[in-house]
Amino acid sequence: MSQAEQIIPHGHVLRYTLRERLTHWVAGFSYVYLLLTGLAFWSPWCFWIAVILGGGQVSRMLHPWAGLIFVGAVLYMYGMWAGQMRYTDIDKAWWKAVRYYSTNQDDKMPPAGRYNAGQKFLFWGFFWGGILLLLSGVVLWFPEYISWNLRFLRYLAIIVHPAAALFTIGLFMIHLYMGLFAERGAFGSVIRGDVSMAFAKRYHPGWYQEITRQAAAPRK
Amino acid sequence: MSQATLRVQKISGHAGGVPGKDTQREYTVSKLIDTTTCIGCKACEVACMEWNDLPFGQTVFDNTYQTMPETRWNYWNLILFNEHEREDGALMWLMRKNQCMHCADPGCLAACPADGAIVQYTNGIVDFQQANCIGCGYCITGCPFDIPKMNPETHRVFKCTLCADRVSEGLEPACIKSCPTGCLHFGSKDDMKELAEARAKQLRDHSNFPHAGVYDPPGVGGTGVIYVLHDASNPEIYGGLPKNPHVPWSVKLWKGPLKWLGNVAMIGGLIGLFVHYLRYGPKAREEEDLASRPEGGRT
Repeated sequence: MSQAEQIIPHGHVLRYTLRERLTHWVAGFSYVYLLLTGLAFWSPWCFWIAVILGGGQVSRMLHPWAGLIFVGAVLYMYGMWAGQMRYTDIDKAWWKAVRYYSTNQDDKMPPAGRYNAGQKFLFWGFFWGGILLLLSGVVLWFPEYISWNLRFLRYLAIIVHPAAALFTIGLFMIHLYMGLFAERGAFGSVIRGDVSMAFAKRYHPGWYQEITRQAAAPRK
Repeated sequence: MSQATLRVQKISGHAGGVPGKDTQREYTVSKLIDTTTCIGCKACEVACMEWNDLPFGQTVFDNTYQTMPETRWNYWNLILFNEHEREDGALMWLMRKNQCMHCADPGCLAACPADGAIVQYTNGIVDFQQANCIGCGYCITGCPFDIPKMNPETHRVFKCTLCADRVSEGLEPACIKSCPTGCLHFGSKDDMKELAEARAKQLRDHSNFPHAGVYDPPGVGGTGVIYVLHDASNPEIYGGLPKNPHVPWSVKLWKGPLKWLGNVAMIGGLIGLFVHYLRYGPKAREEEDLASRPEGGRT
């Protein structure tokens, strides 16, 4: 799809295609299940979550499979978005000015493209976090088949898995906060796919400029 | 079952206090294995299978006396045979009865996330409660002795119970009862320790084993199964008995600092985000966007 086709009548613009939205929710739902069951295994004070979700045995059995689905979705996202997630000079400037971003002074921010530097960090955080979780998760899935001589793998996995999970939980909380509360309209964009022109202009001026310029250019 | 709850002093994956802590006064029990008088008859292996109704499993013949390479989920007691050549050229045929060591500070229990799947009774016996086991296998990683084994079909982990059912009735474990040479003893930890030290001293003073000693590793808080070894300075020669076993550092790191750090970060993060919203609110009001919402035509 060319950028020009993203502009929808009535001042809206397509931000996420159906493919992107579906992938997002496959990752999203599987991650929430992983988070809940993972928390149950993390602390006895959260074990009640596993009880609600069908018991400890069921949670233990399904958690790895949900993990595969999640990592599959993340890898698919890598295919879709890796090119757009490259770190640019604008991103460097964005991080320098991040205190303005976090205090809602968005007019003082350098013009972000389709993804701002924070979103790119989220993407790469989940990508590398997902890889670590997958590698350590495979070991934790079948600890009985890791021989005594290779037990250092189990020792490594048992610390890498929760550490990487905690890292992604931090990303996840900020992601939820931004999408549900801070940036009104962002949640709609991942459900319906579109955002208002005002949204595009306010949060992603670089992207806004690009799509309006292309839309204005005569078609060949 | 209610009796057992009253006798629990440590419990895995449990929120809050331990149900049976300080409710009963009991001796810490211990099994003493004198490897210097073991003849490798395997009577203890058979007695274990008989008392615990374990099925006859396939043995693995490797041209030695070894029944199978290691314990199994339904074979909890295994004598390890090792040929060792001493520095003076003498050949020693070492036999060590291997089973759960019933650590005072059990790594399996520390690693277990399932409520009450692993308990330590007030007498020191570490026991798995398969009904509560979720089959994660963390105990396998937590154990410094490679003892817990998973049933691949039911995904439950099993190991030696130190015949907790017999002990609670005042009987000795089945293996002890079967030993024909008297190399196995059972009693209070203090008594067994005394007996073991006396035997080790005898070996040092009268039997030309200057390094004889008692294996009761402090790294796991001492064990409920102690060995008398001809050479306590080199336990590895007895089929890989670890010299200084301890709960793996990564399990300690995970259950200790990482847990605190993670909990503080997660709860602090939630509070931080909430306060941030109260202070700064949304980046822009929804009304501003509503003005330009389309009538229909979704994509």
